[in-house]
Amino acid sequence: MNPTYLIIGLLVLIALYLWSSYNNLVVLRERIKEAISGIDVQLKRRTDLIPNLIETVKGYAKYEKGVLESVTQARSALVKAGSPSEKAKAENMMEEALKTIFAIAEAYPTLKASENFKELQEELSDTENKIAYSRQFYNSNVLDYNSKIKMFPMSIIASQFKFTEEEFFTATEEEKEEIKVKF
Amino acid sequence: MVLFIIFFLTVSFVLGKSLGYGMSFAGVVLIISGLMSFASYYYSDRIVLSMSGARAATKAEFRDFYTIVENLSIASGLPMPKIYVINDPAPNAFATGRDPKHAAVAATTGILEKLSEAELEGVIGHELSHVKNYDTRLMGVVAILVGSIAILADVFFRSMWFHSDNDNKNSSGVFIVVGIVLAILAPIIATLIQLAISRRREFLADADGALLTRYPEGLASALEKIAADKNVLKKASTATAHFYIENPFKNTPKNASGQWFTNLFSTHPPTTERVKILRSM
Repeated sequence: MNPTYLIIGLLVLIALYLWSSYNNLVVLRERIKEAISGIDVQLKRRTDLIPNLIETVKGYAKYEKGVLESVTQARSALVKAGSPSEKAKAENMMEEALKTIFAIAEAYPTLKASENFKELQEELSDTENKIAYSRQFYNSNVLDYNSKIKMFPMSIIASQFKFTEEEFFTATEEEKEEIKVKF
Repeated sequence: MVLFIIFFLTVSFVLGKSLGYGMSFAGVVLIISGLMSFASYYYSDRIVLSMSGARAATKAEFRDFYTIVENLSIASGLPMPKIYVINDPAPNAFATGRDPKHAAVAATTGILEKLSEAELEGVIGHELSHVKNYDTRLMGVVAILVGSIAILADVFFRSMWFHSDNDNKNSSGVFIVVGIVLAILAPIIATLIQLAISRRREFLADADGALLTRYPEGLASALEKIAADKNVLKKASTATAHFYIENPFKNTPKNASGQWFTNLFSTHPPTTERVKILRSM
């Protein structure tokens, strides 16, 4: 065989490999972005359940103004939030407020028994699960992507085309603390 | 899978040579088999669902089932498949569909009642992994190849019957002898390979399902419960058996010496082994 053909063939193969590797990394990176949106979708779902919850609780526990106010405040903070760190703070406020609502519901048997409230409880609990799963999906994608760009020979291509490592989703310090419920 | 393709090519080459045809013989047979199997693959979801007597499940009626499938779809990044329920006390479930966009998951009322939530999640995780790994498409291709080998053997025997030795200038004696042996054995070997592939994909779906739920114990205890259950699935047939999570024909008697042989012909790996692997994760 003519050595020139051999070399050309080899170069073509290498070019094809580079091409497909680059595209592979692009796809993985875009999936991570999609996963981030997925988490936002679930968070929004939770936010949308809040007005209903407030109305239901108001009907049975009108003297718990403090708690209801904190939930309303948390919600408006969420709506106003712009940057990711603002959003994260607002989400934390929301989670605290929700925990307190469900805690005080223990003191109001009629509220606890109402079908509306039970339904909302289930919906919110399910939404928490969905948020967890969407975060898990995000982490899986980050794992795939990070592993790929670190492995050889992909690492060379990755650094050439500026594919950088992504962050895993981790619990904040506040979230890792014990939950304190105040009555 | 690669070995299977090599096997297929070998068989078609030998049979083709012995009849005096070239490799185009294999090509034609593949096309015929492909056309025959294509409808079954393309409409696999509808066919399997009607054969098993499944009905569409609504969120209102089967809230937990719906939520589990929805949540695990989020975790896997797949679009949510359509869900179906089969009225049968035997606990079992299956997934089908030619790709994740046209997928369906079905569960018996038995499995929905008897399993805890964690166990049901394990089962659904396994089924969704089948969808994600395109197992229906893979088994469809395998079925085409197996069908082709059967057709090749069939055509070979008919040609042998009608040709006399003087007609075939290109054939040679050795090929004919090897051809006859292969024509008899090949369909059996092909089926065995098909079953082996099916078993491997089951292990893969177990592993991927455990990865999805991050809780292999759920699937492990679910498999144990299902294996221990005495009920037999009413509408199972050998055609649909390999889709189910547990072999619906499991209640056939097993004797110690025949164990290996029965396993050769089983679409699913033995439950004890699946549980052992899951628990070691």
